[in-house]
Amino acid sequence: MPNFNQIRAILSQKTIGIAGAGGLGSNCAASLLRSGVGKLIIADFDTVSDANLNRQFYFHDQIGEIKVNALRENLLRINPFASLQMHAVKVAPDNIDFLFSTCDVIVEAFDAASEKEMLINYILTNYPEKPLVAASGLAGWGSAESLRIIQSGNLYVCGDGEREAGETDPPLAPRVNIVSNLQADKVLEILLKDRF
Amino acid sequence: MKIMLNNRAEVIEGDVFSISQIMVIKSFKFRMLVVRLNDRLIKKEEYETTLVKDGDDLKIIHLVSGG
Repeated sequence: MPNFNQIRAILSQKTIGIAGAGGLGSNCAASLLRSGVGKLIIADFDTVSDANLNRQFYFHDQIGEIKVNALRENLLRINPFASLQMHAVKVAPDNIDFLFSTCDVIVEAFDAASEKEMLINYILTNYPEKPLVAASGLAGWGSAESLRIIQSGNLYVCGDGEREAGETDPPLAPRVNIVSNLQADKVLEILLKDRF
Repeated sequence: MKIMLNNRAEVIEGDVFSISQIMVIKSFKFRMLVVRLNDRLIKKEEYETTLVKDGDDLKIIHLVSGG
């Protein structure tokens, strides 16, 4: 098995796109950066709010900041030499090419199911060869064993596929972190496949 | 017929069904779905007309909000 320097030598050449910097995207970005991924391209239009702090990789003194700016700060504290390309925009069919066409793998990290569907359909239609790691079903607590990954070709969907987040079944840190890290781990698996 | 549905072997009585029919039989009711038949993306407007046959690999993946 390879040592960490050998792993990092491969990952440092890779670019990962992350669509959304909420609970999934912010935590997935931190794990990918810690693992040595060379470049992250992250897009989100939102700002940090008090309600985000129960699961997202932000801090109380960042409330009100644009998420991608706050996330850049936090990621640079992990690695000041990280190559980060942050975009404070809403991801839509007319900017996906511009944002993510150079990425080796794309991570779908949106909150709303309609946006998940939009990105998945766009990538499967326009970039069928590009690996896409999505998430669906992570609200509440418990049943961690139901969180898994369904694969179909280059599409991977992490989560339980059922527990929808809402007023009465909110997303909470443990399951959101598990799913965001299932995504990060799948990205590593894709990037390191057949390399050792 | 015998198909793989979301990685599990399923036997459905009959020879051929549309994707819409399979969704009714297996009670998939979420609004947001990604459907792939033998790794090919099937769009919403094709659910009625796309036929699933013995040996096919069908994925019907729910997309629910949360992140």
